[in-house]
Amino acid sequence: MIWTDAQRAPVLQQFAQSFAAANGISVSVQPVATDLQSAYVTATAAGKGPDIVVGATDWIGNLVQNGAISPLPLTAAQKGSFQTTALNAVTYNGQVYGVPYATENLALITNTAEAAANPATFETMVADGQAAVKAGKASEALAMQIGQQGDPYTAQPLLGSAGGFIFGTKADGSYDPSQVGVDNAGSKAFAAQLAKYGEKGQNVFKRSIDANNAVSLFTSGKTPYLISGPWALDQIRKANLKYSISAVPGFAGMGPSQPFVGVQAFYVSAKAKNTAIAQEFTLNYLTKKDVEEALYKVDPRAPALTDAYNDVSKTDPDIAAFQAAAAHGVVLPQIPAMSAVWGPLGIAEAAIVGGADPNTSMADAATQIKAAIAKG
Amino acid sequence: MTASPSERLARLSWPRVVFVGLVAAFAVVTIPTLVDKHSWTGVTISVAVTAILAYVYLTPKRIAARFLVPGTILLLAFQVYPIGYTISTAFTNYGDGHRLTKTQAVAQIEADSVIEQPGAQRYELSVATKASDTSGAFVFFLTDPDGKVERGDASGLAPVPDAQVTKDQFTGKVITAQGWHILTGIQVNGLGPRLASFAVPTGTGFIKSVGLSEAYVGHFTMTYDASAQTMTDTRTHTVYKESGGEFKAADGSGKTLPIGWKIGVGFKNFTSVLTDAAIRGPFLRVLIWTIAFAILSVLTTFGLGLLLAVVMDHPRMRGRRLYSSLLLLPYAMPAFISTLVWSSMYNKDFGLLNKLFGTHIDWLGSPWAARGSVLLTNLWLGFPYMFLVCAGLLQAVPQELKEVAKVDGASPLRVFRSVTMPTVLIGAMPLLIASFGYNFNNFNVIRLLTDGGPYPSGSSTAGDTDILISYTYRLAFGGQGAQYGLASAISFLIFVLVGLISYTGFRQTRQLEEVYAR
Repeated sequence: MIWTDAQRAPVLQQFAQSFAAANGISVSVQPVATDLQSAYVTATAAGKGPDIVVGATDWIGNLVQNGAISPLPLTAAQKGSFQTTALNAVTYNGQVYGVPYATENLALITNTAEAAANPATFETMVADGQAAVKAGKASEALAMQIGQQGDPYTAQPLLGSAGGFIFGTKADGSYDPSQVGVDNAGSKAFAAQLAKYGEKGQNVFKRSIDANNAVSLFTSGKTPYLISGPWALDQIRKANLKYSISAVPGFAGMGPSQPFVGVQAFYVSAKAKNTAIAQEFTLNYLTKKDVEEALYKVDPRAPALTDAYNDVSKTDPDIAAFQAAAAHGVVLPQIPAMSAVWGPLGIAEAAIVGGADPNTSMADAATQIKAAIAKG
Repeated sequence: MTASPSERLARLSWPRVVFVGLVAAFAVVTIPTLVDKHSWTGVTISVAVTAILAYVYLTPKRIAARFLVPGTILLLAFQVYPIGYTISTAFTNYGDGHRLTKTQAVAQIEADSVIEQPGAQRYELSVATKASDTSGAFVFFLTDPDGKVERGDASGLAPVPDAQVTKDQFTGKVITAQGWHILTGIQVNGLGPRLASFAVPTGTGFIKSVGLSEAYVGHFTMTYDASAQTMTDTRTHTVYKESGGEFKAADGSGKTLPIGWKIGVGFKNFTSVLTDAAIRGPFLRVLIWTIAFAILSVLTTFGLGLLLAVVMDHPRMRGRRLYSSLLLLPYAMPAFISTLVWSSMYNKDFGLLNKLFGTHIDWLGSPWAARGSVLLTNLWLGFPYMFLVCAGLLQAVPQELKEVAKVDGASPLRVFRSVTMPTVLIGAMPLLIASFGYNFNNFNVIRLLTDGGPYPSGSSTAGDTDILISYTYRLAFGGQGAQYGLASAISFLIFVLVGLISYTGFRQTRQLEEVYAR
């Protein structure tokens, strides 16, 4: 029994069937439409959960603290066959908890009919975008989703460019929840940029652009630039316009952008009824190149297996471009403390874009995050 | 007068027989499963329920009870039990990181700490039993990378001469073994938890199975000392002591292990509502808006509903049916969908409203506009119901009274105020109070339309349109993951609050009725 989100269910069904046929068993793939993670945790605690669940790696901390998943003993050779970021993303407290199959990160997507691709800095990109608006080719300089409650995930490339970070790292490279960087100098520099390009400034960042309309603004030609991830590729390809994918540009005089690199992975339940078969499926079947390539074909995200990625990126330049955009990317934190960050940081972002004072907003966010973690 | 058993049976009507049959079936189905799970409370409840139902339906007396008992049992099961459960949860730390029992948490921490011995190679594994029946004890046949075969059981490893086994020529996996029955993959999987907890001890660690035909050498890096109740990290020699439902490092470094367990915390959840600045601070502001939102929602929807009902009720009104069906449209659409549609219509730059009217109102971004948006949307969702109610109540207004008033020379407005309105109000009052209670906890419209926003800078817990229920939802499930204990405590407080308000409301209605009755 495998639980996954609705989009991936049909494709997993195919693999599960061929695996099931080879082993003389039956496998059922069940799509869970909303809030898969908490549904999984609750069901597992009640002993009614699936054997395998598919989800993003930022779930790991929460799944582990609720005793919902168990470590997967990958062999050294298997570990070596994955891309380093993918392997790091599924590693928590020194243990590997999932088999990664795809990596994803944000990039800048340009409508090349309206503006020049691969701008060197954020400033040139805005200037280009505004020129396109002036020329009547577009109505927005840039589509970067913010919404009324902010979107720290989408803001991360720019936060990183300005030298800000959410959590510092320990000596072994894992995130340290006691080092919150939301109010450091870099984060405040980022906040100043938010205000400068916000609604009271140049009106490039807008709260009215959110997850619901960002991609459609781009596909309908209303903006030359979109900051989004591989999940938008399907829609963009259907829109039939000339596009180019490059790294999100950093601010002039500051560092390169640092998008989060998230990984989609398969986890084996700590309470699985069929542990042996579930392990066999994840460890010895999903780690096969052909399987990862076939998964890519239905959901175009970069395969986590190095061999599969190399094959795919040869025929699909978009995947290679997304991967290149993450050259300075950072692993999406898997620690449970991250859940204390999304809310306050997002609200600070939205408030600054709407005209609130950047420094106090970021300081307030940091205070709230630290308080929530301390209460833990 | 006593009847013989056969006479009594003959008197049983068939619905009663069917019902008693169902009760017996319920007992037959539930009791063995509960016994299987060692849930003795469950068994007691199941037996008691069956006995009560059988008694009530098989005796000729207790006729009233026949109608009351099923309802009472359902009430207990679906109303009293959840409320009791909520209240008992309010006194625990149940939530993310504290979902397991202590035994489960200890086992999981140990299981999570297993690491593969560095440099150790994997074995090809075959699991075997003495007889073909898999319920008995089993052993591991392990082929190391050099092709040497060993047999492993709970006492350790023993070499097996090559003559006693046949091996797969490519993988080296044991296919047959003298005196043993090699299990198929499905049989191996069927061993389930027994296989998961089985390990062959070696000098420094143990050998465990992984998947269907592989085994690895591993060791624990966390060990639990049951007598001292401490967890020790064997690599760093850090000792962790239990404290408040989790393991805390005894060296005072503040390190805790990720998996905690559920414990009772007394009144902590209730006191933290009062003492935690993040909760207490915005509580009053949210409470005021909650009451204002509920009252305004009731007044606006009732006002519009009544107005439309009066218009429709006018004798010279034509095409009444058509208009009424149009007015009921918002009621027919799922509220979820309409709320989301409204939410996108309010978008400042791309929304329908601003485009239609050529305005630049920051509907969802400024506090008062957002509050107005919420009320407007709720009006759209709620007025059809009030329209239906008022249309019905208008029919009940005595026509003679109206005529008499008119003859006496009262203006139409006067007639409406003195005759129509009181009748409608008395009829509608209980519904208005119910509507108030509903809007007091109208989570959907807030969550889907504004999600509590806009948020003043620096406050991520309470937005300007948050009502109590959406605010507590965020407190309980937002910040640090799910905190069911805290959520239960706050739900209980809201339950008491709504109860008090409804009670006073109904008392007021009764007084109102008395006033008009005079």
